[in-house]
Amino acid sequence: MEHYLSLITKAVFVENILLAYFLGMCSFLAVSKKVDASIGLGFAVIFVLTITAPVNWFIYGYLLADGALAWLGFEDVNLSFLRPIVFIAVIAAMVQLVEMVIDKFSPSLYQSLGIFLPLIAVNCAILGGSLFLVERNYTLMESVVFGFGSGLGWFLAIVAMASIRYRLRYSNVPAKLRGVGITMLLTGLISIAFMSFGGIQL
Amino acid sequence: MALLSKSSKAAVSDPLMSNNPISLQVLGICSALAVTTKLDIAFVMTLAVIAVLCISNTVISLLRKMIPSKVRIIVQLSVIASMVILTDLILQAYMYDISKQLTVFVSLIITNCIIMGRAEAFAMQNGPWRSFLDGLGNGLGYGIILIAVAFFRELLGSGTIYGYKVIPEAMYAAGYENMGLMVLSPGAFIILGLIVWAQRILGNVEEE
Repeated sequence: MEHYLSLITKAVFVENILLAYFLGMCSFLAVSKKVDASIGLGFAVIFVLTITAPVNWFIYGYLLADGALAWLGFEDVNLSFLRPIVFIAVIAAMVQLVEMVIDKFSPSLYQSLGIFLPLIAVNCAILGGSLFLVERNYTLMESVVFGFGSGLGWFLAIVAMASIRYRLRYSNVPAKLRGVGITMLLTGLISIAFMSFGGIQL
Repeated sequence: MALLSKSSKAAVSDPLMSNNPISLQVLGICSALAVTTKLDIAFVMTLAVIAVLCISNTVISLLRKMIPSKVRIIVQLSVIASMVILTDLILQAYMYDISKQLTVFVSLIITNCIIMGRAEAFAMQNGPWRSFLDGLGNGLGYGIILIAVAFFRELLGSGTIYGYKVIPEAMYAAGYENMGLMVLSPGAFIILGLIVWAQRILGNVEEE
């Protein structure tokens, strides 16, 4: 249990997928203009990352890794070079599926997440999460925890940034620095703040 | 260059400065920041992105009349993903050390918005040669920023340029220290923020 707690703290704070690995910057910069939209997209990312991480773990472990096809009788087949293309296909399919399920069972949630779900298929945080869990040889349970933790970290970062940008409207930022420039500098400062979590071990 | 007509020339030169994909259109930032701690890594990453962008733009442009508009995103993604896998394998074969340091970021070129963006916005409407040039121009525009960020991060963070020591020992003896922050992630955000600012002042671009 402690092991998972430690993993989740690491994924949320110490190795935040956005602030330490720069994944998901494009939508972060574009969407953090509005607080509501940021919360919606943040939830959608948590949701999709938690689902795609274990699914891609299964696909990699039982179909793509070196010798993974042994259960079908092909011991010496190694399909791991197909990893990126298969992962992106799985992610696109999962996003579609999640969209349909949410639409069926919770139309109100669908209304609020609706427009963000398709965007997520090309969010590098999702693909990056899946690639990292292969790189670090996580187990199934670890990959679920890692997926959830990374999503939560991304959510925290975007909501924090959206709130700061909301307050920033009343400050006197130099004209040429407005928009992307100031957002990058602020992200740098938030990132420094998150670095102070470094070294925390549970 | 008599080889290139005026509009072809513009396709290459525009993205370098006045319409730069990273600093002005804000695309493809993710990978721009992660691989910029050292110049050699940034350089290899730039070559990889230029290769993928040129080839995928050309291929998509050749296929543009055959792709049904409803499934075009999937077709574009699979063309791009195949090129990325190819690039990744070539890097692993010939530059193993650098490809180890790039880790997952080569695979993440798939979700780099510059590549999808150019495929969708340019290659679907233009011929193969112009799409190739557009890919080249945008790849170079991406590379300029990448190399600029890497230059400052390596110089300030490690005191080296392309692996060669440039800060004399006498400076260290006099109390100069490398700025550890530049090697870590906040350094990348801050340097890129400042570059964007400088470029907007030079290019006289207003936000909203």
